[in-house]
Amino acid sequence: MASGERDVSEVALKGASAPAAASASRAAVLRRLRLTDSIFHGLTRGASLAVLALLSGVIIALIVGAAPALGTFGFGFLFDESWNPVTERFGALAPIFGTLVTSFIAMLIAVPVGLMVAFFLTELCPKVLRRPIGIAIELLAGIPSIIYGIWGLFVFAPFLQQYVQPFFIGAFENVPVLSTLFAGPPYGIGMFTAGLILAIMVLPFVTSISRDVFDAVPPVLKEAAYGVGCTTWEVFRYVVLPFTRVGVIGGFMLGLGRALGETMAVTFVIGNAHHVSASLFAPGTTISASIANEFTEAVGDLYTSSLIALGLILFFITFIVLAIARYMLLRLQRQGR
Amino acid sequence: MAITASKTAALDSPLYAGRRRRNAIAKGLALAATIFGLGWLVLILGVLLYQGIGGLSLSVFTENTPPPGAAGGLLNAIMGSIVMTLLAVVIGTPIGVLAGTYLAEYGRHDKLSSVVRFINDILLSAPSIVIGLFVYEILVAPMGHFSGWAGAVALAVIVIPVVVRTTEDMLTLVPDTLREAAASIGLPRAHMIVRIAYRAAQAGIVTGILLAIARISGETAPLLFTALNNQFFSMDMSAPMPSLPVVIFQFALSPYAEWQKLAWTGALLITVTVLGLSILARSLTSARKS
Repeated sequence: MASGERDVSEVALKGASAPAAASASRAAVLRRLRLTDSIFHGLTRGASLAVLALLSGVIIALIVGAAPALGTFGFGFLFDESWNPVTERFGALAPIFGTLVTSFIAMLIAVPVGLMVAFFLTELCPKVLRRPIGIAIELLAGIPSIIYGIWGLFVFAPFLQQYVQPFFIGAFENVPVLSTLFAGPPYGIGMFTAGLILAIMVLPFVTSISRDVFDAVPPVLKEAAYGVGCTTWEVFRYVVLPFTRVGVIGGFMLGLGRALGETMAVTFVIGNAHHVSASLFAPGTTISASIANEFTEAVGDLYTSSLIALGLILFFITFIVLAIARYMLLRLQRQGR
Repeated sequence: MAITASKTAALDSPLYAGRRRRNAIAKGLALAATIFGLGWLVLILGVLLYQGIGGLSLSVFTENTPPPGAAGGLLNAIMGSIVMTLLAVVIGTPIGVLAGTYLAEYGRHDKLSSVVRFINDILLSAPSIVIGLFVYEILVAPMGHFSGWAGAVALAVIVIPVVVRTTEDMLTLVPDTLREAAASIGLPRAHMIVRIAYRAAQAGIVTGILLAIARISGETAPLLFTALNNQFFSMDMSAPMPSLPVVIFQFALSPYAEWQKLAWTGALLITVTVLGLSILARSLTSARKS
């Protein structure tokens, strides 16, 4: 350590000869180095504290902004379906309902499909194709949500309106529960369409995380299962899946977090109607779509504040979902070590 | 003879046949799911190319967004997007890199780091519209008007967690022996980090920044009520500023054919930019790995 310090000071001194002067300036150099060192340490620490401040700032700003609305409507805000800017009566039930329903549809489709794609990529796919297909799936995650929105509005919604929705309505006309779920005129836009588009957006998340955790399964386990004569599917179903359960659920939660908070893709195709409707084909709204559609046009403090209160609810829900996701993935990481 | 007979008997047994059938079905489903997933990518990009490429011309880059019913381009929106994105990167990158440095170098195992790491992960996937509301509350409402600054800050809030995460990951990959070697010749910690660790992790950190740019250049939600929009060319950061995603949003939902056409063209531009950036970022890291 001592020789190391001398090296630094010698370099810094660049050939000074008098020992007394050397030790004096050596002390100066060391002081300077110590100073820059602690400044840099402070800077990095400050920056990481800034990240904490950022999240607390988001929470505080939302609570302050939402306070007027929550003060006026109280807890009833959560369960009130009305949304009337004229009489200034606002309730979050319809947006919350829409957010949950669209995300549920999305997960219902994205989870099995994502798992099967990950199964294909890790167990079946020829090695040469593995990387290109993986990248292609991830590109799907990189496409900005507004692109999904414009595509959904002009291409996907008309397609659903013309072919898919009439088929569902006809097919389930006389089935008790399904006839209410798939009722009413096929608008094309609505919760069903929004849910499908969310499914496409969430799929790459579920796939890439599942693939990563499947890859982390020790080969010995799989080889042992193959050794006793398991088929590929059995190895996946009874060895890989149970082993990676925690991580896979973490991946689902991450995808769910994205589906819940997704704004633009949904805003284009949801129809922005503040109604709770039993039919999936009916236009609805989600929290994020309500905010995106109405925020700049909201007149009056109570209207604005109600929208911010929606944002607060959304943040709260996604925070919980994401926290669970991170906890699960963290547990898997520890287990892997 | 007896052995082969029993073997074929086992192979033909209904149990084994059932297992094989299930295996084949599962494999088929997996293949179908993959084709299904890739199909969307092809479909979306195909439609985008088909709809967007027709509107692509020089005037898109030289003219401003038109009033309804007239021809025009996207110049002001493109410029607005570039300016706000650059500013967001300039604001967000230093904070992100420094915070990532703290997590990887100074506080790898301390309590603060694990909290910051967790909070950062939450921020990373927090709904971007909530970020927009946040910036509206702290900047737009007090200032009394929408502004390019607010838009840039909102984007910076999205940049920070991405950069923190990649910086930390990349610095953790730098072998500790490098750090020890630097320390053994008496290099102070700060110098070791800046001259040795940063240099070793350079490509990775740049990748993180590229990914952050890719992420924010398509972001619409946080700009809707921070930068708002502007029909005219404006470099005034304290005034409302147009951006490509917001213009696409507005134009696509309009009833005017010209506007919708421009929206498709803008969508193509954004997608090409974003996918180009993420492929570039990917090639940077994979080149390092091999």
